[in-house]
Amino acid sequence: MSVTQAEVLAGVKDIVVEVAGIDPTTIEMEKRFNEDLEVDSLSMVEVIVAAEEKFGVKIPDEEVTKMATVADAVNFIVEAAK
Amino acid sequence: MSKTRVVVTGLGATTPLGGDVPSTWEALLAGKSGVRTLTEEWALDASVQFAARVAVEPSEVMERVEMRRLDRSEQFALIAAREAWKDAGSPDVDKTRLGVVVASGIGGVITLLDQYDILRTKGARSVSPHTVPMLMPNGPSANVGLELQAKAGVHTPVSACASGAEAIGYAMEMIRTGRADIVVTGGVEAAIHALPMAGFASMKALSTRNEAPERASRPYDKERDGFVLGEGGGVIVIESLEHAEKRGAKIYAELAGQGLTSDGYHIAAPDPEGAGVTRAVKFALEDSGVDLSEVVHLNAHATSTPAGDVAEANALGAALGEHISHVAVSATKSMTGHLLGGAGAIESIFCILALHHRMAPPTINIENLDEAVTVDVVRDKPRPLPAGPIVALNDSFGFGGHNVVLVFKSFQ
Repeated sequence: MSVTQAEVLAGVKDIVVEVAGIDPTTIEMEKRFNEDLEVDSLSMVEVIVAAEEKFGVKIPDEEVTKMATVADAVNFIVEAAK
Repeated sequence: MSKTRVVVTGLGATTPLGGDVPSTWEALLAGKSGVRTLTEEWALDASVQFAARVAVEPSEVMERVEMRRLDRSEQFALIAAREAWKDAGSPDVDKTRLGVVVASGIGGVITLLDQYDILRTKGARSVSPHTVPMLMPNGPSANVGLELQAKAGVHTPVSACASGAEAIGYAMEMIRTGRADIVVTGGVEAAIHALPMAGFASMKALSTRNEAPERASRPYDKERDGFVLGEGGGVIVIESLEHAEKRGAKIYAELAGQGLTSDGYHIAAPDPEGAGVTRAVKFALEDSGVDLSEVVHLNAHATSTPAGDVAEANALGAALGEHISHVAVSATKSMTGHLLGGAGAIESIFCILALHHRMAPPTINIENLDEAVTVDVVRDKPRPLPAGPIVALNDSFGFGGHNVVLVFKSFQ
């Protein structure tokens, strides 16, 4: 299943809103999960599990530790879903 | 050396009678029951189909995102602590001198059971990363401590249904021993769920009066047949008298002392002689240094079980002697149900308000008083308490044979 970057961003936005409860308009590609979006290490696990379910991809733990920004996550998911 | 005097300067609660202290107190004096038939699917064919849920759901006063990281018991603790801290004037205090002691009898049992369901149906990877911080019994205390940035110590004594009272006693000792100037303390419980209810029902501890839930919690009545499970909790702010006076705090009452004993008798049944309770009352009076003649009110543990209520009343009689006839005894679980680890906390608040307003709350649902009960029960209507220095006792007992008696004194 192939998805576009815009589709994945929209999906990640929904998940972050659900987990962190922040204004969706503040969620942009360059935003950092921990520092900018109140997604701490525990909440990041929730984001990843929800993203795996939504996009049908596997996101290994060692990749999660490298995902500092929304763009890191979106780009990984786009590639993994190809 | 005389003991440091400890006073109560803030109150907070969320109970089956109200979402805060004023609404709870108003319903309590009006003799309202917070017990209702449960509408959850699991309750439909359960042997006990009713309980006392909180009057105001946490979702009405808390953001969804905050709620989903907190067990229901932790939500109750934060709601009550926020009210209590605000009531105390949201004081700007030295955080290294601020403590938190909030107890729960069972901890995050609903989280544990819900996440187990997820483990079984969706697999380990779907188990929430918030599971452990939500189910740990120190979670309510820890979350309150985090919010207030308390750094003198955050603690969680656990003694089943005596937990809330034991927490308040522990908090008093933190101030007496010089570890803290001000402590936020109380107890909460959130255990209205199929499994804990089935466990209590299995040990025949719960009332089965499914046809009349509001009449089911009836301490001291001849036809009492068990307790009614309640949820919610209470939190109070206590501080050294010196600290309270220095900041000009409003003072509700003095927390004058405590007595603690254990039965060494049975894991769940009360000692019919009540010797442990009698000793706890005596220790509490000694520790607080109050004069027996000042004791005018007692908020009884009285859960509405056939064995417990009479054993307690006998033990109180043995401890207070002839003076027991001058003590107005209220069994407020007749209205709130039994909040387990939250019981000692909300009943302490009721004692504090009884002293503050000079009014003992009623006991409802006594149609025929059990002749074996020899204490002077405040029935149906609240009863005014005398002027001058007066004292109220709050006793709490827990499975395991834990006995806790707290002494509150009108402040002058």
